[in-house]
Amino acid sequence: MIINHPLLGPRDSAEFVYLGDASLMERPDPETASAEDWHAYAYLRDNPAGPHRELWWHEGGDRSWLVVTRNTVTHEITKVEMARDVARKLGSKA
Amino acid sequence: MSKLFRLISWTQKGDANVHNLTPITALGADTPRIDTVAGVTCTEVSDLALASVAVRLGHEHAAAKSLKSLLNAEAPDVGKALLAQPYSAVWVGPDQWMVGADTASHELLADEVKTALGATASVTEQTDAWCCFDLMGDGIGGVMELLCNVNFRAMQSGDAARTSIHHLGCFVVCGDPHGFVRILGPRASAGSLHHAIVAAMHSAL
Repeated sequence: MIINHPLLGPRDSAEFVYLGDASLMERPDPETASAEDWHAYAYLRDNPAGPHRELWWHEGGDRSWLVVTRNTVTHEITKVEMARDVARKLGSKA
Repeated sequence: MSKLFRLISWTQKGDANVHNLTPITALGADTPRIDTVAGVTCTEVSDLALASVAVRLGHEHAAAKSLKSLLNAEAPDVGKALLAQPYSAVWVGPDQWMVGADTASHELLADEVKTALGATASVTEQTDAWCCFDLMGDGIGGVMELLCNVNFRAMQSGDAARTSIHHLGCFVVCGDPHGFVRILGPRASAGSLHHAIVAAMHSAL
């Protein structure tokens, strides 16, 4: 599987480490979150058969975190974003 | 007094006794190791001072300006290195660089870089975290092909990449695609990296 890194171009997936669902970036606000919010954040995942946004770390490269949209059935990758760009967008919305 | 204790020599400095320590290279010798196989030379580089620069959020513009005046050139872009004296630099990630210089004249490199960048970036001393090997000679392309999955034959002078060599995270900096590449790897695994390079030289050449 090849991941098309937004800065470095196509790189072998062996250079990356997989973390999981990209919703991990959307941590509840510690000031306002309820116990249910934390439970959902820590344990509940959708596990879709189809497109899935997930976090990959370029451990064997520039050490960027990426948000990769990957089809869990076909492994087709349709979108790769720098996680920091995604996080900054999320932050500016908050 | 134990036998081991007697083997350690001491020097009086002011009110204290200090060990007489001999500086050693990453491979543990007094002098840098040099291996030659069929015209390609692997030279251990022991006189390279390093400091990493990570720009702080919101200071990208100011840091780039300060870095430019320190390096006398624009900080290298994605996948590039600045091969220059007295300071060299390698892009290592978004808004992050590794700055290098000769140890003899820039032993306190991290202090110099921090003074230049101030609060715009975090600077970390890296000299003793890395070991460095220079590969020189015709045929380094074949050696690099065996060592890592970087497309070395497509690299130009001033290209740089981080990759895995022998399961170790290493930087590969291309000085001349036909005859000079510099490899930086974790110093704690210098022996393993050196073994991998020399084994690849014997296999490829």
